[in-house]
Amino acid sequence: MADIGGPRIAEIKGPSASGGAITPGSIVEIKAAIRHPMESGLRKDKDTGEVVPAHYIEKVEALYLDKPVMRATWTGAMSKNPYFRFNIKATKSGKVKITWTDNKGGSWSQEAEIKVQ
Amino acid sequence: MHRTKSKQWSRRDFFLATGAVGLGAVAVAALPRMAEAADISAVIAEHVGPGTPAMEKVIVDVPEKAESGALVRLPIKVEHPMEPGNYVESITIFVEDNPKPLVGKFEFFPETGAADMEVRIKMAKASNVHVVAKTNSGKLFGVVKKIDVAEGGCAG
Repeated sequence: MADIGGPRIAEIKGPSASGGAITPGSIVEIKAAIRHPMESGLRKDKDTGEVVPAHYIEKVEALYLDKPVMRATWTGAMSKNPYFRFNIKATKSGKVKITWTDNKGGSWSQEAEIKVQ
Repeated sequence: MHRTKSKQWSRRDFFLATGAVGLGAVAVAALPRMAEAADISAVIAEHVGPGTPAMEKVIVDVPEKAESGALVRLPIKVEHPMEPGNYVESITIFVEDNPKPLVGKFEFFPETGAADMEVRIKMAKASNVHVVAKTNSGKLFGVVKKIDVAEGGCAG
C-alpha cells in the first residue's frame, strides 16, 4: 500500500515548431503520471490463489484556469502506475490541476503552471 | 435384395450424415465469431452510443507486437478540429479479447486544443484494439488495430 500516490505533472511542453515557446493559442502537451497498483479485480495472487481485490483509478480530471480540459473514466485495464499524455490550448498563464480518484475513495491532486509569453 | 436395400440406406445415411455434419461444422465455426463480433459492437454501443464508426480520422501508430501485455503503449490521434461547436468530445478505448473490454473513456473540450493523446494499457492476450472518437455532433470515427503480445498482462 506504500507504493501509491506521488501524482506528477511530469512535463508541460510547448510546440516544437516554436522551439517550445508557449504563446497565446499554442497547443501545449501535458504528461502526467501517478503511482498506483491498478488492480483490475480479475487477477489471482500467485501465492495464495485468491483474487486480488479491485483497486484502480476510476476518475481523472484536468482543469486549466479552473475549467475542465480533460475528464477520464478508467478501468483496471489501464497499466499499473498509469501515465497519460494530452493537450491544452494555452490562452494565458495559469494553473493546471489534475486530480486522480480511485475506486476506494483515494484522491490525489497535482498543480503546475502554464507560462504564456 | 436385402443387400441392395441396405446399400441404399447406407448411402442415404451417409448423405444425411455428411450433410448434417457439414452444417454442424459451419454452425460451430461461425457461431463464436459472430458472437464475439456482436459482443464488442454491443459493448461499444453501450459506452459510446449507437451508430457505426467511420473507419477514418483516428490514428493509432503502434507496432504489431507489444513486448508485454502489462504495458502496451497506445498513442491516439484524431485528425479533427477542436474548436467551439466542432470538436472531438470523447475517445473511448476497448480491448476486444480482454475479460472486460472497456479500458477507458477520455472526454475532451474545445480548450483541449488537439485530440492527440497517449495511454498505456493492459492486454490479457493478442487482441483487436478498438478506438472510437465521438464528435460533439454525434459523429463516430474509429480504428481497429490488431496487437499481438509476447507475454499477456494480468487481465483487463
